[in-house]
Amino acid sequence: MVEETPWQQALRYANRANPYPFYEELRRTPVARQPDGTYVVSTYQEIVTLLHDPRVSSDIRKLPVPVAAPAEGSAEAEPITEAVISLEPNIITQDPPEHDRDRRMMMPHFVGPPHSPHLISDLEPDIRRIVDGLLDHMQGKTRIDAVDEFAYPLPVTVICKVLGVPPDDEPRFHSWIETALDALDFGPEAASEEMQNRLAGGRRAVEEFEQFAAELLDRYAQQPGPGMLSAMVNEDGPEGGMSKGVLVSNALLLIFAGHETTVNLIAHSVLTLLRHPDALEKLRHRPELIVPGVEELLRFESSVQFWHTRSAMEDIHIAGTTIPKGAPIFLAYGSANRDPKRFADPDELDLERRDNQHLGFSQGIHFCFGAPLARLEVQVAVGEFVRRMQNPRLVEDPPPYRHNQIFRGPRHVLVDIDGIRD
Amino acid sequence: MRVAVDLNRCQGYAQCVYLAHEVFRLTGQEALTYEPNPDDERRLQVERAAAACPVQAIVIDRLDGVEGSATS
Amino acid sequence: MTVPATVAELVREFRANGRIVIVGASLAGLRAAEALREEGFTGSLTIIGDEPHEPYDRPPLSKQVLKGWVAADHTKLPRLREVDAQWRLGVAATGLDRAARQVRTADGEQIPYDRLLIATGTRARQWPNPDEAALDGVCTLRSRDDAAQLQKALAAPPSRVLVIGAGFIGSEVASVCRELDLPVTVVERGSAPLVGALGGVIGEIAAEMQRDHGVDLRCGLGVSSLEGDAGGHVRRAHLSDGTIVDADVVVASLGSIRNVEWLEGAGLASGFWGVGCDAGGRAFDINGVVTDSIWVAGDVARAPHVLYEYQFLAMEHWDNAVLGAEAAAHNMVNLEPHYHPHLLLPGFWSGQFGVNIKSVGVPPFGDEIVFTQGSVKERHFAAAYGRRGRIVAAVTFDHGKWLEYYGKLIEQSGPFPPPPPGWDQPGDMKPIPAEFPQPGVPTAIPDVVLTGHDPSERRAEFRSRRR
Repeated sequence: MVEETPWQQALRYANRANPYPFYEELRRTPVARQPDGTYVVSTYQEIVTLLHDPRVSSDIRKLPVPVAAPAEGSAEAEPITEAVISLEPNIITQDPPEHDRDRRMMMPHFVGPPHSPHLISDLEPDIRRIVDGLLDHMQGKTRIDAVDEFAYPLPVTVICKVLGVPPDDEPRFHSWIETALDALDFGPEAASEEMQNRLAGGRRAVEEFEQFAAELLDRYAQQPGPGMLSAMVNEDGPEGGMSKGVLVSNALLLIFAGHETTVNLIAHSVLTLLRHPDALEKLRHRPELIVPGVEELLRFESSVQFWHTRSAMEDIHIAGTTIPKGAPIFLAYGSANRDPKRFADPDELDLERRDNQHLGFSQGIHFCFGAPLARLEVQVAVGEFVRRMQNPRLVEDPPPYRHNQIFRGPRHVLVDIDGIRD
Repeated sequence: MRVAVDLNRCQGYAQCVYLAHEVFRLTGQEALTYEPNPDDERRLQVERAAAACPVQAIVIDRLDGVEGSATS
Repeated sequence: MTVPATVAELVREFRANGRIVIVGASLAGLRAAEALREEGFTGSLTIIGDEPHEPYDRPPLSKQVLKGWVAADHTKLPRLREVDAQWRLGVAATGLDRAARQVRTADGEQIPYDRLLIATGTRARQWPNPDEAALDGVCTLRSRDDAAQLQKALAAPPSRVLVIGAGFIGSEVASVCRELDLPVTVVERGSAPLVGALGGVIGEIAAEMQRDHGVDLRCGLGVSSLEGDAGGHVRRAHLSDGTIVDADVVVASLGSIRNVEWLEGAGLASGFWGVGCDAGGRAFDINGVVTDSIWVAGDVARAPHVLYEYQFLAMEHWDNAVLGAEAAAHNMVNLEPHYHPHLLLPGFWSGQFGVNIKSVGVPPFGDEIVFTQGSVKERHFAAAYGRRGRIVAAVTFDHGKWLEYYGKLIEQSGPFPPPPPGWDQPGDMKPIPAEFPQPGVPTAIPDVVLTGHDPSERRAEFRSRRR
């Protein structure tokens, strides 16, 4: 049997809780060709360079469909990504000029008009109210799940409000997203019988999710309502609206990415702070450290570990390697954020880290659309969690992780507490 | 308080604008202007904006009491 | 004791008890002072500045201050650390005695130094006719006081503003005028705005931008004279084609003059383009010999640059002031081989007419230009400048996220034309002449200039700026 590459090992579910030793090995070859022809880039400087290189495409349609390596002796395996990625492009899987135009059109609906982009900062009181409510609700408990009772409900409530998705539909899209995420695998386990079985379910879930988003957009087309989705359907910018398919694809992206990554960031923040009692104590005494602290948490446990839709449009020479034209390029943000060539003591958690230009939200034209909202939610949520929880202790370390490799996060974080302060 | 933005570094991500629009403003898609000496009550907003800058282009004063205003 | 040990002891002693004087209290002077303390210099530090104000940030002056959003005195620079300095503000340095190691000031004092940093920057070139320049309403824009005065004049409001010279400052002033809905005429000697800095091809785009925003732009013309009313307020301008522009505010944006007059007779390599220094900021004397006790930073410095055939490069750029000051400060209190070079890839920005113009490299070093990304029509594009098959500079209009790609290519002396992007290619990707004015053709002098190989270059002084 051929030995697995560090990247393949990092992708194994058994290593989900701690991929970092494999990343460290991976960084010895900053641009590493994988057996399937994908080039994995794991070092900070090289990733930043490629994020600003116009010979790199993000357009998923320009990418050869990745196929899981067939298990030994078995027939050809199913394509991986097709199952869970809608066919129409959205802003994250698109290149300029379409990308620039669509993103420019969407942004004011999210942040407010250019002369007064106040929508995000206006949400702060709502976010505080939701966080207070969630914490109040846990009063009297001695054991909580920081994911189900805290990290999940906040972002999902906020994104429903921002987008105008009826909160009653949450259980439905929650289940589609879970199913789809569990079916997506880029590692050696993709060829396993279990993952192959999940693919069909994942594909169905995405179809239903798309159907749901299309219907929602149709309803808003007939009867405008609150939120960003209605605005996107009804308030065409001067550059004209998006096609129906692109609208649906972007709606899906906003609903999904609008909360999923924030859930993982809050969950990881709680987990990380409980693992670092000194940092937790420091934050309790100096609550203003939540602002730089969240940046450090973004660096330390990045919510998007890598991105998979890029490819080389030309031969690209980088770090002594040539990425050949047409090759898929995976940019491993989670590894870059622990690159010792960029960050001093990268495996140390330092809430006051000065030079912290992390890639938690990427960089370049695909910089995270929702970053300002995510930051605000996490600052409030984690800040209040730290302030109000009395003597929080981690019950299980490592906690169980979700399957997905890109959107990496714990499924549950059980915490024992002595009580909750007012 | 005092702020300066290194506009050579700035790439127009506008994160500061979304977090502190009274202090940072865009003209058009990418041209950033800002109030270099905002009121102290904006400090939290400005610190959030500086922390959020993807290229760390925002410099905030690290001194509260300022010397150097007097001539010899 | 060995010689190296003695030298090391001297450096320690200097760091502890030496005397450093910084002439120039703007961005470079302040950042140098902070960097000296950061480096562990605990001796005496004196900062001399001709303006009465503590260090302030200039880029906002021509934009948010003129617009009336930000008050001119709201531009004080953030401090990065305590500097524990003697500030001599409002007192210009008037002379340098290298033999006695003293700086002479306008109030007659002699301030002794062991090491000196020259960071006197530039000032605005005034309208050449002193009587006309003295008319009310005739302004320049360089200092905080200039900005306050011009802002007040714009708020009046005037019936028309005349901007003479369409370099970056002139174009930004015109842009603010249009934002304030003020009628504005721009007169430019060259063929288009920004032509000295970015060439005629980009200049033409800048010209369209101005006209689209309602600027009355007149290129290839000069202003022959300004005329005032009985009360001494400017009323009209006579142009070189015989036409007359009625205007009650005139902004002379004729570029800058390096503040080197106070160095007259000091025997340093100072002149029109500033003070020659090595890439570590050490000043050259007039014979091209490097000095041991004098450093230069900021707009007034010119140093040979490895990327541009070791020609001396003069840069009036924000980050040149910051990084040049930091390098000079480090070198002032360290010894070879621990000197830091200041090898900055030039870069600047200008916000005008709602577009962010950014550049890296030295565009006028190139003779060809190629559009590489985006759409000229939408003013959302990147273009590269080349010379003899190498990329030497790039410019972007609202495309700043891509600029560092070109910066890396320039640092590596990458090919020109550069490899094509994978998407969003402009219609025509053929290199064309960049159309920089011939030397000697009067136009705005770009704010990054290659000034030849000679540390005491004087040729430039003969480049007439007569109007």
